[in-house]
Amino acid sequence: MKEIRFHGRGGQGAVTAAELVAVAAFEDKKFSQAFPAFGVERRGAPVMAFARISNVPIRIRSQVYEPDYVLVQDVTLLDVVDVDSGLKSEGMIIINTDRPTNQLKLKTDAQLIVLDATRIAMEVLGRPIVNTTMLGAFCGATREVSLGSINKAIAERFKGELGRKNLLAIKMAYERVST
Amino acid sequence: MMKVVEGSYAVAHAAMCCSPDVVSAYPITPQTHIVEHLSQLVADGELRAEFLTVDSEFSALSVLVGVSAAGGRSYSSTTSQGLALMYEVLYNVSGMRLPIVMTVANRALSAPLNIWNDQQDSIGARDVGWIQLYSENVQEAVDTTVQAYKIAESLEIMTPVMVCMDGFILTHVYEPVELLDKEQVADFLPPYRPTDILDPQNPKTFGAFADPSTYTEFRYLQYEAHLKALSKIENVAKEYAEVFGRDFGGLLDAYQADDAEIIIVTMGSVVGTIKEAIDGLRAEGTKVGLVKIRSYRPFPAQALMKELKNADVIAVIEKDICVGNEAALLTDIKAAFYNSNLRMPIIGFAAGLGGRDITIKDIRKAVEKASAARKGIESQFEFLTLRKEIL
Repeated sequence: MKEIRFHGRGGQGAVTAAELVAVAAFEDKKFSQAFPAFGVERRGAPVMAFARISNVPIRIRSQVYEPDYVLVQDVTLLDVVDVDSGLKSEGMIIINTDRPTNQLKLKTDAQLIVLDATRIAMEVLGRPIVNTTMLGAFCGATREVSLGSINKAIAERFKGELGRKNLLAIKMAYERVST
Repeated sequence: MMKVVEGSYAVAHAAMCCSPDVVSAYPITPQTHIVEHLSQLVADGELRAEFLTVDSEFSALSVLVGVSAAGGRSYSSTTSQGLALMYEVLYNVSGMRLPIVMTVANRALSAPLNIWNDQQDSIGARDVGWIQLYSENVQEAVDTTVQAYKIAESLEIMTPVMVCMDGFILTHVYEPVELLDKEQVADFLPPYRPTDILDPQNPKTFGAFADPSTYTEFRYLQYEAHLKALSKIENVAKEYAEVFGRDFGGLLDAYQADDAEIIIVTMGSVVGTIKEAIDGLRAEGTKVGLVKIRSYRPFPAQALMKELKNADVIAVIEKDICVGNEAALLTDIKAAFYNSNLRMPIIGFAAGLGGRDITIKDIRKAVEKASAARKGIESQFEFLTLRKEIL
């Protein structure tokens, strides 16, 4: 089983990102689960969401404490949240940032992937909503879900122009971390 | 077709498949998504029902009293403070023998304000005369919704049902669910055909007045209907399994309980985490099992004793606290055993209150304490993850 923790701020779509991973993983014929750790649901407040992907039905309901993967949608969270808490050393953390990696205060030995998802989102969507862009990076860097299934999940969730734009943002992030 | 959807959507879809005539709705976290989805299904023409938005939970259930008494099938959902506000109406519904089905998205009670999951809300309403069925996962909540109507509307039962599902943990989770087929549900669940309804052409009164010469008998009939529901719940679950191919148990379900020395008894979504914990403990040689209570009311005392009779010790884990005594399920189990010849230690734990996460580590701690209780009970009841440092 692979466990993923999403860190974001209220309004950035971290919960949606977790849900989309669950939908895509199921599309890949795996079992999946996604759920939020709801706090007080205010815009801008730190939020967490979780996803699990497994080859067998998932029964566990507790939160994810030792994730294989961590996605951080907002680099300013590093100042207020232990985003790498419990992250497995053989795991991976993907951070949306334009800061150089040596300026990121992390305690983990896990692989670090950075990308400027905000820039991609602004360029493609015209808004700093990075959840789908980060999914493209997750997909490219981990291959835990297929790009085709992520795209299908996105197309189901976001219709029309918005859907097409999100697919483009995903593609850009996917290629950015794959090369 | 199996799909990854939100728990609230799956339950709303299940309610739709039962073709209620009226859905009443008042929003309250974490139940709101259920009625929002139903509102959408009505607006999209997928569900032909009257969708009533009301001014409070008191009204949400009160309008369903009218609907049900007039012979309609009705649905609503609520949680926590909302269920508390319905308290007076809950008794009216069961007393008038109206087979309303309502989802309770289990949540903690104020004060202090807390929107997260525990089961204090429905446990607090355990004596209102409703049948209470608890769900382990989203699929069970879906399937139980259909079963609930069949049980409630059986003429020998005519008793309302709460389908309890843990708030957030099940209402907000995305997981694979087999969504129901409306026609298949219609075949399984016949139209509601009550023998007595409010009808201007044939005037009758429901629940108006019973003086001391008859009130006891009204209560006895409710008590008797719950006794009959014990076998009805089992039979409907079996019948459902035959048609839909899924079986989550009738009154209860057991996991690795046959040769278990330590048996955990619980209700709701923590069952999944406990099953994981049990697999780990069994791999280490600890003989642990689980009995999941599906039907808390009526309480399956006989079925429970049959499952637990060979255990050395029983650990009850529950998401409620009866301040002034212990916790509800623990008391019920002890009461059921007192007049039997079963004399193993029974210890209880309140856990997961106000949304505190329950981990495999927590379950192992409860099992350790249960194991120690075989040599003599140190504590009959405690809070499993009490943070003594902040008291």
